[in-house]
Amino acid sequence: MSDSDVVLRLQGVVKTFPGVRALDGVELEVRKGEVHCLLGQNGAGKSTLIKILAGVHHADEGSITWLDEPFAPGNPQAAMRAGIATIYQELDLVEDLSVAENAFLGHEESRGGFLKRRSTAARTREILTRLGHAEIPPRRMVRSLPAAGKQIVSMARALSHDAKLIVMDEPSAVLAHDEVENLFRIIRELTAQGIAVIYISHRMEEIRDIGDRVTVLKDGRTTAANLPARETPTRELVSRMTGRTIEYVFPPRVGRSDGEPLLRVEGLTRAGEFTDAALTVRAGEIVGIAGLVGSGRSELLETIFGARQADSGTVTVGGKPIRSIGAAVRAGMGMAPEERKSQALLLDEPIYRNMTLSSFPGYARVGFTDAGKERAAAERTADRLELRPRDVSRPVRTLSGGNQQKVVVGRWLLDRTRLLLLDEPTRGVDVGARAELYQVIHDLAAGGVGVLLVSSEVPEVLGLADRVLVMREGHLIHEAPADEIDEATVLDLVMAGSLLEGEPA
Amino acid sequence: MTDTKVPAAHVTAPPKRAFWSGDAAEPFRRNLGLVGVLIILVIIGIITRPELYGDASWVSGNIWTILKQASAIGVVTVGMTFVIIGGGIDLSVGAIVAVAGVWSTTLATQSYGTLGMIFTAVLVGVVVGLINGILISYGRLVPFIATLAMMVAARGLAAQISGKQTQVSSNLTINNIASNEILGIPVLVIILALVVAAGWVLLNRTTFGRRTVAIGGNVEAARLAGINVRLHTVLLYALSGLCCGIAAIMLTSQATSAQAAMANLYELDAIAAAIIGGTLLSGGRGTIVGALFGVLVFSTITNLFAINNLSTEVQNMVKGGIIVAAVLVQQFRYQSLTNLLKR
Repeated sequence: MSDSDVVLRLQGVVKTFPGVRALDGVELEVRKGEVHCLLGQNGAGKSTLIKILAGVHHADEGSITWLDEPFAPGNPQAAMRAGIATIYQELDLVEDLSVAENAFLGHEESRGGFLKRRSTAARTREILTRLGHAEIPPRRMVRSLPAAGKQIVSMARALSHDAKLIVMDEPSAVLAHDEVENLFRIIRELTAQGIAVIYISHRMEEIRDIGDRVTVLKDGRTTAANLPARETPTRELVSRMTGRTIEYVFPPRVGRSDGEPLLRVEGLTRAGEFTDAALTVRAGEIVGIAGLVGSGRSELLETIFGARQADSGTVTVGGKPIRSIGAAVRAGMGMAPEERKSQALLLDEPIYRNMTLSSFPGYARVGFTDAGKERAAAERTADRLELRPRDVSRPVRTLSGGNQQKVVVGRWLLDRTRLLLLDEPTRGVDVGARAELYQVIHDLAAGGVGVLLVSSEVPEVLGLADRVLVMREGHLIHEAPADEIDEATVLDLVMAGSLLEGEPA
Repeated sequence: MTDTKVPAAHVTAPPKRAFWSGDAAEPFRRNLGLVGVLIILVIIGIITRPELYGDASWVSGNIWTILKQASAIGVVTVGMTFVIIGGGIDLSVGAIVAVAGVWSTTLATQSYGTLGMIFTAVLVGVVVGLINGILISYGRLVPFIATLAMMVAARGLAAQISGKQTQVSSNLTINNIASNEILGIPVLVIILALVVAAGWVLLNRTTFGRRTVAIGGNVEAARLAGINVRLHTVLLYALSGLCCGIAAIMLTSQATSAQAAMANLYELDAIAAAIIGGTLLSGGRGTIVGALFGVLVFSTITNLFAINNLSTEVQNMVKGGIIVAAVLVQQFRYQSLTNLLKR
């Protein structure tokens, strides 16, 4: 490829925030019509880099060349006018505006401040058709769209700018498996039209599938540039990201499938969510539930924990019935929910208070909390989990995703927990921290804790669990020991489970 | 083998719904409840004072009385609705009305005539609103704190300007606004209708209105879309101040005077009316028509107490209860009605 195909070039870009050197020499080169993958651990500087390209932040040093011109957008609008559009990780949509209004937010078609609703709707329809989703009505409220539909609206916004480069920050994180395929189809159409895409993802198989070249960031610096996305060995990419050579491996397991079930779920049903779910978890056993987003996995987990009221069926731990969160916690159950930021953490509170949230009365004397004791207990747990940074008085907000997850898990370790429910424990967690989390989960099981795990990533369920349950549309349709089932089988089951309907779960 | 792979298109396509159960009709469903409340209030009025409701001319006169009662607070509520949809709150509206009213009725201002008084009231309202907005946007004060401080300070300023005296308006044009009619419709009601209509258009048909929803609904998304959130926020409070200035003239005309204690507790009435009308206190959702219905519910209640000769103390107690009841009922009704229509 000739040099003239290069649309975007970053050289020695540096960005400092008070106390942090977020970017410390980034090199990046993006060609016309390519999918350029950006890889790096959480905190490596990807988000900062994106925001510089989007005109939210401004680089302190280094040069950015966009279409052979120096590029320094003063605000997001300037970047968009220049032809760089960004799809952010957190969906940046307004729920109470329509699809068309969201697509053209900030650059509405208007005359004298009055909206041109008809032509906006028409242009939105055009873009949606281009995206292969002509069935989404431009005037429908975004609130009523499913997550995949919202993702499409985000992309429509990017296209509404006539973009030549689209930055996608983990676009697949909120999508189910078959929706990711549709996303890839759209990306291929875009690149065929000469639009360049910067694609950020933690999922190696996606990078293999859609990527052309890969640039790796570590600690705000480019550690490898322009590697071929399909041929570069995973080992090499991981070592560039971590500086270590960690394989994306699961620690070996000595399965323990004897003994009495600790958790027994029978006939559990919630209308419209899941039907007649039955499962058991023994002490020291890891049971994984595989299924697509929306299959009722999270709802099932939350019902077992007593956070939702079951319509029928029973949950017992050690023979005692569970009907409320209070009863669940007293019986030694702990839960790490899917949305750890909104459902599990007090982001501005220090680590130790987050860890003792479910157990701090135990450290209190006649109603007065004992910060010293809490801190000491949290420090012990932090050691056990290899929490980084180790300072337990830091606010949780400052931790990376993986370490935040460790805090959530750590909360239940303080409290004689016998059974741990984990919902998507590695979402948004980088590869290095994942391996550590896997080890933590294994150590817990080895210590006799029963674990019930839900994950969208099938290899994770297979690699981590002793026993695998497959869930589809609210039904547990299959159960097998982890070593007797493979990824392809699971995917077939979750996507075309009708083959097995009628068979006992 | 009934369904194999679900095509992607079906995943994102929301099910087609009839108009009355779809999004577009949601504000109508909400307002339907408020219309129901209004009807109930009228029925209570008929039951308690059947002899009055037998007289057709009394009924039509009473309707205008209710609407006139709703006019000034209705105008303030339109501004408040914008502020709340934009993710803020304005506790100083009553105090702004007082400052604007008092300032426009000083002897010096009155000497400039009708337009001078109107101009002063509107200008004072907008400037105080701008100060609120700048403190919140660029001074990064929490709206609650900034406007709470303004509420106290502006009332103080109003008392200072008026020397704690009631300032009589000797301008007949202003005074006649309250008593005049055009085509049989009281001018006060026409002003309310114009402000409500302008508010509806501004919210639903202009970039300003849509950006207000965006800022209140998802401020980060608005910022990343290139909207100048700070400037927009300043404008929202200025808009609220503008509405207060208009309301000040309307109230001055009704009382033919202004004083520092005028428009007492308007902030609470306006917030309550907006919330009852379906505006989300956290921002990002709300309708002007709903807010108008909220105001009408309150003025109808006031009227109901007046025709039954009940004290304002009892009235306030009932009003507080009704705010809670209305929101509770609305949540319940909205959910059940939505579920019902979904079937």
